Amino acid sequence: MSLFLSLFSISLSAILAENFILVKFLGICPFMGVSKKTDTAIGMGVAVTFVMGIASAATWAVDHYLLTPLSLGYMQTVVFILVIAALVQFVEMFLQKVVPSLYQALGIYLPLITTNCAVLGVALLNIQNGYSFIESVVYGIMGGVGFTLAIVLFSSVRERLEDCDCPECFKGFPIALIAAGLLALSFMGFSGFKVF
Amino acid sequence: MNFKKSLREGLLTNNPVLSQLLGMCSTMAITTTLFNGLGMGLSVTLILICSNVVISLLRKIIPGKIRIAAYIVIIAGFVTMVDLLLKAYLPALSDSLGVFIPLIVVNCIILGRAEAFASRNSVMASAVDGLTQGIGYTAALVVMCIVRELLGSGTFGKGVFGADGIRLIDAQYPALMVILPVGGFLTLGCLIAGSQWLNARMKEKEEKK
Repeated sequence: MSLFLSLFSISLSAILAENFILVKFLGICPFMGVSKKTDTAIGMGVAVTFVMGIASAATWAVDHYLLTPLSLGYMQTVVFILVIAALVQFVEMFLQKVVPSLYQALGIYLPLITTNCAVLGVALLNIQNGYSFIESVVYGIMGGVGFTLAIVLFSSVRERLEDCDCPECFKGFPIALIAAGLLALSFMGFSGFKVF
Repeated sequence: MNFKKSLREGLLTNNPVLSQLLGMCSTMAITTTLFNGLGMGLSVTLILICSNVVISLLRKIIPGKIRIAAYIVIIAGFVTMVDLLLKAYLPALSDSLGVFIPLIVVNCIILGRAEAFASRNSVMASAVDGLTQGIGYTAALVVMCIVRELLGSGTFGKGVFGADGIRLIDAQYPALMVILPVGGFLTLGCLIAGSQWLNARMKEKEEKK
C-alpha cells in the first residue's frame, strides 16, 4: 500500500507540482520548437514519454549494476548520454521494423529526443533522488505525461498567438515565451501539492 | 581571422541565446543570482572552447556518419571534467546549479557550434568562435541574472560580493515571482524582444547609409 501511495505521490508531483517544462525548465527546446500545431505537439509528447520511460529503466539498471559496483560514478554523464543515444537509435529501428505506422507518426521527432534535456534530466534526477527501479520508471513516464500536458496546452494557446496584435518586436518567439510564462504561473498553483 | 567581428556576432547579431534561441533551459532555470549566472556562463565558455578546439583538430579523422555521436562523447568528457572541478573547488556553485551542470552536455549551443563551425574551420578560428559565442552566452545570462535578482530579491551580486550581496531594495518590497519559473519566461521574452528591436533598428540605420 505504501508503495502505491508513494508512486501516486511521485506521479502527481511529476505531472503537476514539478512539471518538467514549466517548473523545472527541462526540455524547453522541443517545447518551443514543435508546439506550433497541436498534432505535432501530441506526437512529440508521446515520443518523449515513451523514451523517458525506457531511458529511466535503462539508466537506473546501468547505474546500479555497472557504475556503482565498479565505482565509476564519475562517468555517469558520459555513460548516460551514450545509453540514451543508443536507446533512441534502437527504438527508432525497432519501430521502423515492427510498427511502421507508429514510426511514420513519430519518426521525425525521435532523433531530436537524444538532445532533449528532459530525458537526460530524468535519468540524473532518478539517481539523485535515490528512487527504486519502479519509482524511477514511474517518475520517467509521469514526467513525460507532464511534458505532454504542457506542450499540448501550450500548442493550443500558440495557434491563437499566430495572428495576435502585439508590438512588432514581440512577434514570434518573445510573445510565445510570455504566454508560456503565464502558463507557468497557473502551474504555480499546484506547488506544495502533496499526498502525504 | 577577425576577432572584433566575431565578438560582435557573438554578443549582438548572432547571440546564441537571443538570436539563435539555443540553450534556453539553463538560461531560464539558473539565472536567479549573479553568482549562478557567472558560474554557468564561464563553465559553458570553457567547455565550448575546449570542445571546439578538439573537434576542429579531429574534423578530418571523424567519419561523417557517426560525427554527432563522436561530438557528444567529446563534449560529455569536458562537461564531466568541469563538473568534477566545480565539485572540488566551488561546492557552493555546484550545489546551486545542481543537475544543470551535467545537462550542459545536451545544451544545443555547444553541439550547434561543433556542427556549424568547428567541423569546418581551422583550430584557431574555432577557438575564437568558442570564446566569442561563450562570451555572448555569458552576457545574456548576466543581464537576465541582474534583472531577476534585482526585481526578485532586491539585491545585486549575492554570493559574489559577500554572502548577501548589496541590498538595493528593502527586503519587504521585491516581487518573489520574478525569481520563480514564471519570471524566467517573462524576463527572457522581454530580453529577446529587446534584442529584436535593437537588431531591426541597426539594420534600418545601415540601409539608410
